[in-house]
Amino acid sequence: MLGFFETGVGSLTWGSIVMLIIGGVLLYLGIAKKMEPLLLVPIGFGVILVNLPLGGLMACIVHGEVVEAYAIGGEPAGLISRIFRYGLAWEIIPCLIFLGLGAMTDFGPLIANPKTLILGAGAQFGVYFAFFIALLLGFSIQEACSIGIIGGADGPTTIYLTNRLAPHFIGATAVAAYTYMALVPIIQPPVIKLLTTKKEREIYMKPQLRPVSKTEKILFPVVAAIIIILLVPKSAPLIGMFMFGNLLFVCGVTDRLADTAANAFMNILTILLGLCVGCFMSAESFLKPESLLVFALGVIAFAASTAFGVTLAKFMNLFLKEKINPMIGAAGVSAVPMAARVVQKMGQQANPRNFLLMHAMGPNIAGVIGTATAAGIFLGMVG
Amino acid sequence: MAQENVEFPITGKITSVNVSQGSKVEEGDILCLLESMKMENPILAPVSGTVTKLELSVGQVVEVGNLVAIIEY
Repeated sequence: MLGFFETGVGSLTWGSIVMLIIGGVLLYLGIAKKMEPLLLVPIGFGVILVNLPLGGLMACIVHGEVVEAYAIGGEPAGLISRIFRYGLAWEIIPCLIFLGLGAMTDFGPLIANPKTLILGAGAQFGVYFAFFIALLLGFSIQEACSIGIIGGADGPTTIYLTNRLAPHFIGATAVAAYTYMALVPIIQPPVIKLLTTKKEREIYMKPQLRPVSKTEKILFPVVAAIIIILLVPKSAPLIGMFMFGNLLFVCGVTDRLADTAANAFMNILTILLGLCVGCFMSAESFLKPESLLVFALGVIAFAASTAFGVTLAKFMNLFLKEKINPMIGAAGVSAVPMAARVVQKMGQQANPRNFLLMHAMGPNIAGVIGTATAAGIFLGMVG
Repeated sequence: MAQENVEFPITGKITSVNVSQGSKVEEGDILCLLESMKMENPILAPVSGTVTKLELSVGQVVEVGNLVAIIEY
């Protein structure tokens, strides 16, 4: 008997078996269906690892005793719980990911067509919409902030904010944000179709955006960082790193640094983050009504952001001489480049002459700035 | 017969050419695939007709405004 209990088999619960299956499904989606494999493969494997009993990956020491599950007040004692504590709970990895994102982002489409900045801001209404629904459902104001920010579909920002405000929800919100990022091509099209007529989806936009000079590209991250951080100081860690990464990319004299930030460094961070997020999906913490509610509210937040973006684009069309295709408003969520890709695909379906990719990149990039700023506003409010 | 010049809407590298000179195409058919911004983007036929000119090869780098094909319809 003793030998049997020393293996993990005897400690398997129904919950952990369900989670092992979920981990398997995530791996399947990532590997066989090629859905966001860079995220889903580490997350899926993390889920499997953490739900094998007695492995101690998330172990923490609380009052001198080792517990299997991660404890916010405890001393981390396992591989992943340590990476999590010093990388994520200390808010290092999400901010550094923004450095890498900055080094990969071309602000050109946004600079060429600054109107699209409004769309990136408009989609953030979804964040506040879900925030109020969560409040009405009885979540605390801190929890409601973390749930609302899922609507921005920005993983690092969601993790950063939840960790500050509602750390007990970090597993659920992080997984929700990353899952919905991967599910952008499934969630967005029905919302877009519901709010636009066929004729609106067919609106043609000229492919050529105005060329953007190098000076503009260099000035943008510097000026944007100064303005945004002066207005919303709490957004400094995310926006600061994002704009710094971008400056490395565009200034032309730090190509080596930009290359590392965008590739090798980003890959390392993605591995660490993905595993951590997966390991937060243990049966005890994930299969709870609260977590499932967070998941449900997350999808509402995300659909609402899409809807607000599209509606705002339609509203802008009332004033614009050269109409924009309202679908590009949907790209105002910050899932780059997934949302822009969805708009591009739907645009081509509606009208094969249309090529909306670059037009959608503007709001998409503005969405990243918008979500990080919304997080800063929440932190300033309740942090 | 009317003809339409199809131009590249973005800069990128051609990863596959799906039709050739003389092919009949339907509106929405894929003419070629273009890799740009780490994504594969299909270039579609805007009208149904016959491809009368198409001079592309895999690996070629194209700019905005370059000719994809001329389609007669």
